[in-house]
Amino acid sequence: MKGCIFNIDAGYLEGLCRGFKCGILKQADYLNLVQCETLEDLKLHLQGTDYGTFLANEPSPLSVSTIDDKLREKLVIEFQHLRNHSVEPLSTFLDFITYSYMIDNIILLITGTLHQRPISELIPKCHPLGSFEQMEAIHVAATPAELYNAVLVDTPLAPFFVDCISEQDLDEMNIEIIRNTLYKAYLEAFYDFCKQIGGTTADVMCEILAFEADRRAIIITINSFGTELSKDDRAKLYPRCGKLNPDGLAALARADDYEQVKAVAEYYAEYQALFEGAGTSVGDKTLEDKFFEHEVSLNVHAFLQQFHFGVFYSYLKLKEQECRNIVWISECVAQKHRAKIDNYIPIF
Amino acid sequence: MSGKDRLAIFPSRGAQMLIKGRLAGAQKGHGLLKKKADALQVRFRMILSKIIETKTLMGDVMKEAAFSLAEAKFTTGDFNQVVLQNVTKAQIKIRSKKDNVAGVTLPIFESYTDGTDTYELAGLARGGQQLTKLKKNFQSAVKLLVELASLQTSFVTLDEVIKITNRRVNAIEHVIIPRLERTLAYIISELDELEREEFYRLKKIQDKKKIIKEKAEARKQAALLAGQDLADAANLLDEGDEDLLF
Repeated sequence: MKGCIFNIDAGYLEGLCRGFKCGILKQADYLNLVQCETLEDLKLHLQGTDYGTFLANEPSPLSVSTIDDKLREKLVIEFQHLRNHSVEPLSTFLDFITYSYMIDNIILLITGTLHQRPISELIPKCHPLGSFEQMEAIHVAATPAELYNAVLVDTPLAPFFVDCISEQDLDEMNIEIIRNTLYKAYLEAFYDFCKQIGGTTADVMCEILAFEADRRAIIITINSFGTELSKDDRAKLYPRCGKLNPDGLAALARADDYEQVKAVAEYYAEYQALFEGAGTSVGDKTLEDKFFEHEVSLNVHAFLQQFHFGVFYSYLKLKEQECRNIVWISECVAQKHRAKIDNYIPIF
Repeated sequence: MSGKDRLAIFPSRGAQMLIKGRLAGAQKGHGLLKKKADALQVRFRMILSKIIETKTLMGDVMKEAAFSLAEAKFTTGDFNQVVLQNVTKAQIKIRSKKDNVAGVTLPIFESYTDGTDTYELAGLARGGQQLTKLKKNFQSAVKLLVELASLQTSFVTLDEVIKITNRRVNAIEHVIIPRLERTLAYIISELDELEREEFYRLKKIQDKKKIIKEKAEARKQAALLAGQDLADAANLLDEGDEDLLF
């Protein structure tokens, strides 16, 4: 019965999404790609996959950035197709997914305004998934304060701003801290939204988002060692919707070095495994690689259940990972640096 | 160049002295320039070997740096624009100094870090380690580039100076010194010629004097034979003049 109701609105799109998912490169495809000697070979192999002739109109010599652009373009078209056919509450869910890109774009624009760069130059450099109507109007704002009052309050991101960043902060705060504060607010809002939808969506998405939140907390802690970021500021950046909340986060906030972070992770079975597999020496997978692998497996698991929105999120994330994989392999091929070519993160 | 190429100078003792002085000067200058050229050459070789070394290293370092960019992109996604927008001023700057090698000033570039990292927290949420590595790799690449630039500039400057010095050495050795030598030879030959002429002239005069003397003798003899003893002829001047005794 639930499936029926779900299928009325989102059945077609879920089917479409699962269809798209089948186009994601398999291990065998990666093995083929890794064998390539030149980017032309790579293009040839990609033509045999679901990507088809997406590079057909590109003049050779092919550059890695062109491949990157084209991959992203294809992904954006697919996602926008899904978005255009969606109805509530799926449309809001898809909008929520785009907010993360929007945050990146806003950050880029704020940085640009702070340094008096022409906004019109920056707009084409924004991620297309994160574009919003007000973006075109952003050039009216010359100062961060104007930007905040005139533009940001109208964007879908306004609630995130209101909660955590005041007008003065825009001038003074480090841009990376603003970004992470926004992202924290975004993750928490997204988490609540998924909870509110309930059902399988909540089960699947909360799992993924909780992992995302914990990963951010851990990575931020590790990366903040040796920088000017104080422990209090650091603690403010932790998204509070993960499994680490609240004890783990409090412990992380006190951590001074990598070992202490590791000790915190020991209490959580799934993170302990990730920390144990990670090494710092050459050839070992880094902690971030381990996190990526875990994220990919969570996203793949999302497809095991039916009648929920998680597939859309997972599809986008998997596809993004695939783009990065392809770009990584092309970089390795282009730079003839084959030693690490196998460091991509296989999806299926 | 024919052997006739020499300075237009009037051959005289004075000119000879002058040319001799110039020849000695030219030889000394030749020696000094040769030494300078050798010193520069040594330095040049040294720089050349350093350039080769640095360039080979450069290749590796650049490769690694470019690859770490790929690695960072793999973990962090596209971060180019944000970093570009954050840049306000150059973090690594160049100071130029001067070094003196055998009178040639060579510019030497030195890199130094000015101010702190403007975007220290880059990749805070993901890829921070890769970005740190990336920064480190590119910093060392930039340092190497500066070093290489310094070496290359010295190389070019030295090359030019060495060429000029060599040209001078060769000019002195093959043009100026031979010309001076030829001039000297010319002067000497001219002077010898003059001397011979003089000698001949003297000989001629002597001959003439001899003939005149002989003729006078003969006349005297003839007069003697004729009975006139010229020797006994009273000299007008030998006349005593006692009156004039004081």
